[in-house]
Amino acid sequence: METYLGEKQQASQWSPYINNGGSCLAVAGEDFAVIASDTRMSLGYSIKTRYSTKYLKITEKCSIVSSGMQADIFTLHKVLKSRAQIYEQKHGKPMSTDAVAKLVSRLLYYRRFFPYYTFNIVAGIDDEGVGCVFSYDAIGTLERVKYSASGSGSSLIEPVLDNQVALKNRNDIKKEDYKLTKENAIDLVKDAITSAGERDIYTGDFVEISIIDINGTHEDKFELRFD
Amino acid sequence: MFTLGSVLDNDFKSTIEDFSFETEFSTNQLMLPNIEKPFEFAQSIIGLEKDLQENENQLMFHQQKKEERKERALIKGYKGTTTLAFIYEKGTVVAVDSRATSGQYIASQSVQKVVPVNEYMLGTLAGGAADCQFFLAHLGRICNLYELRNNEKISVAAASKLLNNILYSYRNYGLSVGSMICGYDTRGPQLYYIDSDGSRLKNSLFSVGSGSPFAYGVLDAGYRWDLSKEEALDLGRRAICAATFKDSYSGGTVKVYHIDENGWVKISDDDASELWYRYEEKEKKKK
Repeated sequence: METYLGEKQQASQWSPYINNGGSCLAVAGEDFAVIASDTRMSLGYSIKTRYSTKYLKITEKCSIVSSGMQADIFTLHKVLKSRAQIYEQKHGKPMSTDAVAKLVSRLLYYRRFFPYYTFNIVAGIDDEGVGCVFSYDAIGTLERVKYSASGSGSSLIEPVLDNQVALKNRNDIKKEDYKLTKENAIDLVKDAITSAGERDIYTGDFVEISIIDINGTHEDKFELRFD
Repeated sequence: MFTLGSVLDNDFKSTIEDFSFETEFSTNQLMLPNIEKPFEFAQSIIGLEKDLQENENQLMFHQQKKEERKERALIKGYKGTTTLAFIYEKGTVVAVDSRATSGQYIASQSVQKVVPVNEYMLGTLAGGAADCQFFLAHLGRICNLYELRNNEKISVAAASKLLNNILYSYRNYGLSVGSMICGYDTRGPQLYYIDSDGSRLKNSLFSVGSGSPFAYGVLDAGYRWDLSKEEALDLGRRAICAATFKDSYSGGTVKVYHIDENGWVKISDDDASELWYRYEEKEKKKK
């Protein structure tokens, strides 16, 4: 890279980042959101542990899943949890999902020049009771969407969600006739992450799935392939 | 290490503090890693380097190395786009696509590339999405404070100058911002192009992004100062549609906005492929 003075500088060789793999996804319905992540932590060709959580419940109405480097996931979740607590104690009420989404974006951008190597998805119920999903890149680009997948299996999961949730490239169903029910969404999420486990080496072991609606958060866990 | 204290107004320091976790320590800059040459490290990790205008002395060899480094970059921020804006007799037209790519993967087909700064000013997003989102939101905050303090609306020239000064202080940090500040103030319709290299250019039409050459082709051919509103909106829409057709990094939906003395309004939001087929039908009918 050449600076404006014309000196030639070497690109930095040091890199503290590693990718521990894993897949995450979230789907938002009319009045609920479903969020899921696998729990395998890999390093190169080895599995370091079969259970390392990527999921954090921030408030009763909002949760986050992250994939990428486990160390950065742990730190980001730690910082986020304490910021949510500080907010609740200062303002006397828990953070709304929109506020959490913006906070995550800012925390990621604060580290613009030394990023958290995490690919996050925030899901929950917004103030009007409508399900919402927010997806990010590593440095905090924020976008509200109906569904999202991140991690090593994201390119396997995202097309399935495009077809089944957004009804893209389908000639058999009209958008107006279709409504995503909670049971359908849960089945879809389970099937999508199971399929990712079939074809992605870094996805497997266990899946933590969580359903968020007006009554709160309901957490569940099921097994994937161990191979 | 660069500091921003001299560039940012003292009053704005408190807003920057809220961005960082250590609110009890006053930090008025984004965190830098504690190594020598910190922003070079950032540039090598994040594959967001804009294609700078290389001077003719530079060998092809350096160009190739730069491309290799971009490929090896671990973290690929969302980028790629086509945005355009032009001013004409009755106001300003802004048209954008909505695709964000991360390497060769389409990260999203529904990104908001137009960010409202206030009711009569829009900023466009091109280059690094996170960088543009952050700095345009910050610009919105500064403009709001200006209005509250001075009891008058900020001019487009002043707003773009504020953003320009902030971005100049981050020059060589590896930010990628190619934004257009479009608005309507007491001087009429205004359009400025702001770059992360520190450029600030004023013109009657601009197109920014990987698909801009294709958009310029249509835009330059059809542009006149005395267009009618319908013609102007159609011109913007056609130009983006042409860019999404030819550029792989642009696509999704085509959004068109119009700004006049009453403020900005979103005119239309069409799927890019459907729009293309619609134009094709029209051409067939003409024949």
